[in-house]
Amino acid sequence: MNQKKSKFLVSCLIFGYAFLYIPIFLLIIYSFNYSPLLPVWGGFSTRWYTRLLESPEVWSATALSLQIAFISATVATVFGTLAGLALARLGRFRGKTVFTGMISAPLVMPEVITGLSLLLLFITLWQLTGWPEQRGMMTITIAHITFAMAYVAVIVQSRLAGTNQALEEAAMDLGAKPLRVLTDITIPMLAPGMMAGWLLAFTLSLDDLIIASFVSGPGSTTLPMLIYSRIRLGLKPDINALATILIVSVAIGVLVAGWIMLRQQKQRALLANQ
Amino acid sequence: MAASDQSLKRWYSKFTNVVHRNLRSLIVGIPFVWLLLFFLVPFFIVLKLSFAESIIASPPFTSLLDWSGGGFPEISINKDNYLYLIEDDLYLRTYLNSLKIAITCTIICLLIGYPMAYGIVRTQGTWRYILLLLIILPFWTSFLLRVYAWMGILADQGTINDILLYLGFIDKPIKLLYKPIAVYIGIVYTYLPFMILPLYANMEKLDSSLREAAMDLGANPVSTFFTVTLPMTLPGIIAGSLLVFIPATGEFVVPDLLGGGNVLMIGRLLSSEFNANHDWPLASAIAVVLLIVLVLPMMLYHRVQASQANS
Repeated sequence: MNQKKSKFLVSCLIFGYAFLYIPIFLLIIYSFNYSPLLPVWGGFSTRWYTRLLESPEVWSATALSLQIAFISATVATVFGTLAGLALARLGRFRGKTVFTGMISAPLVMPEVITGLSLLLLFITLWQLTGWPEQRGMMTITIAHITFAMAYVAVIVQSRLAGTNQALEEAAMDLGAKPLRVLTDITIPMLAPGMMAGWLLAFTLSLDDLIIASFVSGPGSTTLPMLIYSRIRLGLKPDINALATILIVSVAIGVLVAGWIMLRQQKQRALLANQ
Repeated sequence: MAASDQSLKRWYSKFTNVVHRNLRSLIVGIPFVWLLLFFLVPFFIVLKLSFAESIIASPPFTSLLDWSGGGFPEISINKDNYLYLIEDDLYLRTYLNSLKIAITCTIICLLIGYPMAYGIVRTQGTWRYILLLLIILPFWTSFLLRVYAWMGILADQGTINDILLYLGFIDKPIKLLYKPIAVYIGIVYTYLPFMILPLYANMEKLDSSLREAAMDLGANPVSTFFTVTLPMTLPGIIAGSLLVFIPATGEFVVPDLLGGGNVLMIGRLLSSEFNANHDWPLASAIAVVLLIVLVLPMMLYHRVQASQANS
């Protein structure tokens, strides 16, 4: 590699990472600002954290969001894994074109369209069957399952594409029934991918503002909906405190997971060399 | 309780038999039916509603089928919503402005993201892993809060104005927040990782011997880049660009929080027709047209994804 190009690439990287991370650091720094007028520095203080933790709405919105995220991530992982299996292992089946389309479309579909269409579905269902009587946790959970399962399916499918089918075929040849092969061989092989899918589905659900606002009803305010209603009209220092807590906990989680995976990779590389 | 134990066992073996016999259809069927009901059918309801009339009621729209005549229902299709979209030039201007913003932001993301992805691929060992992790990290942090971070930077008394005032480049704050520039910055910032990851995935698989061969045969770095590297990374460029362009066109949060109503974007207009004006049929018509605009790029993305998965 010639020296000039390398300098160019390094400066691109420095600029790019600064662009990605400086706003986040500023957000964190200002959460410790005493002044309620946000951009003006008024000395170090943790009073916004105290105020945040004393707010009952923040606690109830967090509880609701966590419940929805947990249930929808779990169901989305099951459905998404089935969908990924269908795409990667079942060859051709009737309606496969429609099926693959329905799996890849939610990944890029503008959220306003998904939200609007799901709300209209729930209203139509209610008119026809009387269910769902009111919109809230249940309807948000269904909406989140629907878009998160597409992400899980894509992760599972790419995992399966990367593994060979020899083990499954051997088990079949030895007389194992298909369900046994699935539960004893394919699923354990897929476990890391399903775990990654679950975590992604969980974060996507915890993050979603637009779809939840469309399909939610009175009394069901998720955490992003609460944050949005507060920051719409300007900067709020207690939201900076909330953002700091959320971002730092996610960052620690991702970095720890990354570190563990890196160590495993290195160990495997060591074993392979011996 | 031996009897119930027995029957439970019988039920269980019946159940596993059914599962065994229908394993294949269950694997396809469960996700298929779910997506059909909660993803595909809703679009047809949106389409249907876009031909209805807006009324003051709950829910605020007319039914297309009128059963009052007895016997055959009369179908009343109302094209006014679509005519309205054409007549009032606000809508056309908003669609065009959304496309302009999305295309510009996609190009900026590509210009920043391409050298970054290339730089990450050229980095060796643990550093490469850390750099990649730092690109993935924003995916896991709240989109809303990352947009919010820019509200503090772009505000009249925000970081940028503070720095410019301190350095003496300006003597009174310049307006950045609630201006088009804020929307451009916000979209580029939030969608940049979506550009970098597909580019990285594509470049990682590239065979560097081709580039070296071109260099050995006397091609200079610039022409090697344009004749060898760039064509080979085209699938990554297309995938990343679509992953930015499609959702950016319908973006709501960024124009709402950073544009403050001064920047016309279709996602925000749809939402305000729906929530503020309670005109559900018109909002549905806006959604249908947006989907028609985006269906080609979506199909292209689908094809790129499928060919990437097969290779």
